Amino acid sequence: MTVLRARGRERRGSRALASPSLTVAAVLVAAAVSLPLVYLVVRAASGGEAAWSVLLRPQTAAVLARTIALVAVVTVAATAIGGALAWLVERSDLPVRRFWAVAAALPLAVPSYVAALALLATVGPGGALGEALRLDLIGFGGAALALTLSTYPYVYLLTAAALRRADPALEEAARGLGRAAPAVLREVTLPLVRPALGAGALLAALYTLSDFGVVSLMRLDVLTRVIFQQYRTLFDRTPAAVLGLLLVVLTVIVLILEARARGRAAARAAPTAARPVPPVALGRGRAPALAFCALVVGLGLLLPLGVLAYWILRGGSAGTGLDVAIVAPALGSLGVSAVAGAAAVVAALPVALLVVRSPRMWTRALERLSYGANALPGVVVALALVFFAARYLGALYQTLALLLFAYVVRFLPQALAGARTALAGVNPRLEEAARALGRGPRSAFAAITLPLAAPGLFAGATIVFLSTMKELPVTLLLRPIGFETLATEVWSATSVSAYARAAPAALLLVAVAAPIVLRMVVRRDGARAEAEALGAG
Amino acid sequence: MSARLAILGLCLAAALIGAGCGGSGAGGDDDPRRLTVYSGRAEELVGPLYERFERATGIQVDARYGDSAELAATIAEEGGNSPAEVFFAQDAGALGAVAATGSLKPLDPALLDRVDPRFRDPEGRWVGVSGRARVVAYDTRKLRPAQLPDTIFAFTDRRWRERIGLAPTNASFQAFVSAMRLSVGDARTLAWLKGIEANEPVLLENNIQTLEAIARGEVEVGFVNHYSLYELRAERPDLPVENHFTRPGDPGSLVNVSGVGLLSDSPEARRFTEFLLDVEGQRFFATDTEEYPLIDGVRSDEQLRPLEQIQGPDVTLGELGAKLPSTVELIREAGLTP
Repeated sequence: MTVLRARGRERRGSRALASPSLTVAAVLVAAAVSLPLVYLVVRAASGGEAAWSVLLRPQTAAVLARTIALVAVVTVAATAIGGALAWLVERSDLPVRRFWAVAAALPLAVPSYVAALALLATVGPGGALGEALRLDLIGFGGAALALTLSTYPYVYLLTAAALRRADPALEEAARGLGRAAPAVLREVTLPLVRPALGAGALLAALYTLSDFGVVSLMRLDVLTRVIFQQYRTLFDRTPAAVLGLLLVVLTVIVLILEARARGRAAARAAPTAARPVPPVALGRGRAPALAFCALVVGLGLLLPLGVLAYWILRGGSAGTGLDVAIVAPALGSLGVSAVAGAAAVVAALPVALLVVRSPRMWTRALERLSYGANALPGVVVALALVFFAARYLGALYQTLALLLFAYVVRFLPQALAGARTALAGVNPRLEEAARALGRGPRSAFAAITLPLAAPGLFAGATIVFLSTMKELPVTLLLRPIGFETLATEVWSATSVSAYARAAPAALLLVAVAAPIVLRMVVRRDGARAEAEALGAG
Repeated sequence: MSARLAILGLCLAAALIGAGCGGSGAGGDDDPRRLTVYSGRAEELVGPLYERFERATGIQVDARYGDSAELAATIAEEGGNSPAEVFFAQDAGALGAVAATGSLKPLDPALLDRVDPRFRDPEGRWVGVSGRARVVAYDTRKLRPAQLPDTIFAFTDRRWRERIGLAPTNASFQAFVSAMRLSVGDARTLAWLKGIEANEPVLLENNIQTLEAIARGEVEVGFVNHYSLYELRAERPDLPVENHFTRPGDPGSLVNVSGVGLLSDSPEARRFTEFLLDVEGQRFFATDTEEYPLIDGVRSDEQLRPLEQIQGPDVTLGELGAKLPSTVELIREAGLTP
């Protein structure tokens, strides 16, 4: 998605540099990434009438309706909360704005299933506060709340960035012409940030559509959970493949809807130098605004941290707290995530290089294909690869190699976005100069372009690293025997309701993610948050 | 510099993965001292048993944990590529279903003879290693034994609305439904399932979660296996839950087994089966998991109702496997699974 927007800024295409080996490499990457979807189609098609009849069941219609309703509710709520927070932080005289600017984004560091766990422990059935508050939060309400808390930061980051970029002269002129603050907000500011809100809403929708952990914990039968359950319980697994395709179709529909909405709302933000805007006085609205910020950050960040800390302290006194059992999963998580990050960048390089250096119809198509995996929720990628490997790749089945391949397929778009921006920012004349001075093509690339693009490539790898750390469905279905990650550790502990046992692993996940997210927020890097969101679920 | 840093990072990552794996996964069935077990029984329960086996024989167990039905389906999907050498299932139905695909090797008759014919495959492809009974677990704060019906069929009554918990994807529940079908026929079973569904039960993933739901007051009764209570009680001695048995012959008191089938002829796989059916393995079931041992000479825990006093429906466990796929469909048709 970043790419769609970056296309306008395409520059300095140097058409001579697409070597045959580069093309071959890029085609191979695109083909490999397309494998899961292709096989899913083949498998579903081979299922015959019996498998396809799953689409005609009344339960399937109910599941579909529930999925759409959840996506709609979460998208609307996340957009409203994220947009409101962005406006408060960037345009109002909210007290301690700089603090809220960072705090509002930090729930990004909490994996959504950990947020869901915290909600269950406090206001779920039999939760610590459930009885006092008369709350029984599980199912649709619980899933919607947890997912909203996990997705609003994307909207917030993108909208806040757009507000900072927007030319304040427009709002000032409207105010100077006598418009009241609400009217300025409605008639001037909102249209200015509409593209950003739309992009954020898209991310929230895609995240919700592919989420597996939250809906499973909240026992909500939406498509991802039903696909997983069908896979687990039915002897004939082809209906799961058919439902997987249904999920892909739904994802594509969301992408099309968003593209259309964006087409109507052409970006109007004038790219002027940012300058400070006189803040809008909240007046008597200050107290409610503060309470709103505190509530959102409290639920999204403090509640999960508090619950995890409580479990660890309580578990510690019972002798089952932090112990060595967490070491192997932690090392497994870190190792596999680091390799996935590096591998994704290596796979992204040829495709990005080809598109940046020779932007033609077919190279763009190739790039689009690589992004196509984006439309594949994790549970679908995993399912397709299990099917394929169990039947045709016996030697690779249940190996780390296949698991890493799945991660790369799943998160390549994140690395691609980083690599493309990084490479586009390197002037090809520099590499050409090195060639003229006698360097070979590879040596010139390694000596000139690679070091210049390194920060961008590294950023892409970091995001893939973070996404892999949190990943659940792909890991559950494809990991080798005995291989544990922090995410699977949290998962297996919660499936037997051993919440205290899940706490150390969950807290470690947050601890690894927090500095990365913090850096992203302090740098106000909306685009990076966007790329990160693509790996959700 | 950054390239060198990246290489360093990669080396470190590779080392970490190696460490994270704990060296397992490598080797597989080529290594004579390793055994790959697909374990339909949870790590919390049988992990210590595998450790005892490792200590006694020097053979390392690589266990893939999952629900029995899921693992049975996985073995079917993997076909000849399956790395599984032993399938240790939570119930006879999952074993029977795998046997029906033709992938289980025949077991040694001498070994089979240690177990009552009721608790093994008539064709000798799988053997039960521990017995368990279906029960109705109930909340002792809200219910007295006299208030509980003596047949599972009574739970379709409206007075149980929103008070029942069950795990519809769990292999033991599926086996119980298969037994009900064999006992009273498909029509009555489907009516029962629909009646339960109409009572808006809380649907859970497994037996332990069902008991947890009772303990936290979300439901009042749960359809589970008898030993789950003792598993949870080990952690929480004050658990306000007890087991209730339905009357003799009722499907609600089905006696089932956990058991093993072999997908490999390797000596390690045979050694594993032998270990489970030997005194040490059987004692583990009697004392550690509160199940019923199945060989002569090893007795079950005194706090359990003796196995002879539990009389389930008149069905043979060997029939459950063939019913499993259609039972899963029936549960879905009733609306308990999507």
